[in-house]
Amino acid sequence: MNLAVRDIRHNFSRFAFTTVGIGLLLMVVMGMAGIYRGLIFEATLLVDRIGADLWVVQGDTRGPFAELSRIPANLEDRVRTVQGIAQARRFVNHSIQREHHGKPLRLMVQGLAWPDDKGEWVSLVAGRPLGQAHFEMVADRSLGLALGEQVKFGKDVYRVVGLTTGMSGIAGDGLAFFTVSDAMAIQFDTPSEAIRLERAARLARSENQDLGRVQPLLLERAGGPSSGISELPRPQVSAILVTLNPSADVDQIISTLSTWSDVTVYTAQQQKELLLSGTVDKSRRQLGLFSVLLIIISTIIIALIMYTLTLDKIHDIALLKLIGARNRVIVGLILQQALLMGAFGYALAWWLGQYLFPYFPRRVMLETPDLIKLAFITVLISMLASLLGIWKAMRVEPNTVLA
Amino acid sequence: MEGDASRTKHSTGLMNTVTDQVPAIEAIGVTKVYGHGQTEVIALNDVTLRVARGEVVALLGPSGAGKSTLLTAMALINPPTSGRIVIGGKLVMDGEDAKIDLRTFRRQHLGFVFQKANLIPFLTALENVQVALEINDRPAHAARQRAMYLLDHLGIGDRADNLPDALSGGQQQRVAVARALANEPSLILADEPTAALDSHRGRQVMELFAQVAHESNAGVIVVTHDVRALDVFDRIVEMEDGRLLPPSKASR
Ligand SMILES: Nc1ncnc2c1ncn2[C@@H]1O[C@H](COP(=O)(O)OP(=O)(O)OP(=O)(O)O)[C@@H](O)[C@H]1O
Ligand SMILES: [Mg+2]
Repeated sequence: MNLAVRDIRHNFSRFAFTTVGIGLLLMVVMGMAGIYRGLIFEATLLVDRIGADLWVVQGDTRGPFAELSRIPANLEDRVRTVQGIAQARRFVNHSIQREHHGKPLRLMVQGLAWPDDKGEWVSLVAGRPLGQAHFEMVADRSLGLALGEQVKFGKDVYRVVGLTTGMSGIAGDGLAFFTVSDAMAIQFDTPSEAIRLERAARLARSENQDLGRVQPLLLERAGGPSSGISELPRPQVSAILVTLNPSADVDQIISTLSTWSDVTVYTAQQQKELLLSGTVDKSRRQLGLFSVLLIIISTIIIALIMYTLTLDKIHDIALLKLIGARNRVIVGLILQQALLMGAFGYALAWWLGQYLFPYFPRRVMLETPDLIKLAFITVLISMLASLLGIWKAMRVEPNTVLA
Repeated sequence: MEGDASRTKHSTGLMNTVTDQVPAIEAIGVTKVYGHGQTEVIALNDVTLRVARGEVVALLGPSGAGKSTLLTAMALINPPTSGRIVIGGKLVMDGEDAKIDLRTFRRQHLGFVFQKANLIPFLTALENVQVALEINDRPAHAARQRAMYLLDHLGIGDRADNLPDALSGGQQQRVAVARALANEPSLILADEPTAALDSHRGRQVMELFAQVAHESNAGVIVVTHDVRALDVFDRIVEMEDGRLLPPSKASR
């Protein structure tokens, strides 16, 4: 005969309410772990999916995610000359926050080196990949844009031709894919007044220099578009993505590229580690501390409930002792109730999580190892929490039955 | 082991006093003092009482005489300040020292009934009896059968599946009696078990104790104020001020 279950049946509503409370707390703990996994997933999603073997970034930086990296776009041509490299493409990626239909629209602009890279590695749920060099975009569902919708960024209007799902950047913002040149246009969109002022400044500088006075033709150029001035730097990109030949010697290529003092090379794995050790690490500790706090709170709540449930039964426990029940029976009664409370709470947490977590603004990923770990923790805190009640039960004298 | 040693030591002198059998219980020179100094109360003052197996004894006395104290001391839940308690020939308590594991001993040899039924509220009548059997290692099925048999025997078989709340005071008390009898104890101790019952029911319970005592050869001690049922008992012992009165005064 199981005393624990019979007592629970008798005091069902109290047990149920407490279990729901514990369940909600455990769900939050589960969510914390899930948010952490989501952070890691989102942070490394791009590096994982974009399928580059090597990342060439600005020298001595840990770009392009952990810090800013600026390299000339034509570096890709230089990279292509290295033996064993199958493909080199420009990587442009930046977050923008614009307004769309009166609401803020945060998105991460991801440039695709069109036409080499049409975004085939992005799995679409609707529409098609980019089909032309300009004014098309593929947007993630989370941005709330519809297929065929037109969005204005800077001076140009872009049409949503394809939709993805689950594609988000480090900060959790949805990704939007453009051709590299569009991505750069969006990033470096300069108001015409700024351009006009810049040209005037250039003209003024030239006029003050010997060269400008000696070569009047230069002055004419200085007042024109910057693309017409060969001395001005070309547009810059964040990184060059390198795909290697299957037979290529990775170490050899890395050491070759490393001799170029203007760039730094990372493997995809190193790039992921940079992301995780930098951006995600603090969040991980933050979530970890919150989880620990919640677990402690859960333990205290279960302990208090088990204690009051034990106090309610203290007369019955004294009676059991009086008629000679072993301690095992009494400890079992309390421990089993604590464990049942933990188990039902955990089950509820899991079940609720299945329904609630998908509605969270950022990705919550419940992974089996985390779930198993939390199950163990739940068992552990249930046992710990029953100690107070057990201690009380062990101390009660059988003759208190008569009081 | 200590119990065995004491058995030879104590039983020789006691064997022929009540019966030639080993007594169900012997309280020898039991004294119980509650509190210290100013608040000191001598609840039992050198009480010696022997009850034979198969004997049904009524314990009478005014309020505060020490009846409950004596009973709980013999029930091994209230250690005496001094004196010895020998149950079934085994030295169980020597002063405040337990000579054996008291809980195991209670489980195996003693049955209790109190003024209140003290049933476990979340167990049915049947389960309240069954639990006493199961904690004494009776398998669940056998325990259930015996519990049912006892409830039937006590005339409450039809209420077996009711929770205590749904039973009347008398019905609850009969469940408590069934629980006390469950493990066929060699000693049954009851403290005013019929206080909550009408005189008819009260008498029935007393008769049941007598029947069990005679059938299963158990010693029974019942504290009672109900003088109408005294004819059920084999012997009446009276207490006053923590002492047993001489047998001559305790006449039927
Ligand atoms: N736990 C205790 N602490 C202090 N004194 C106690 C305690 N229990 C009983 N006493 C005292 O011991 C004496 C005997 O009490 P006991 O309960 O044995 O009497 P009783 O004969 O059972 O009385 P009643 O018929 O009223 O139940 C009383 O004076 C009582 O006040
Ligand atoms: Mg009393």
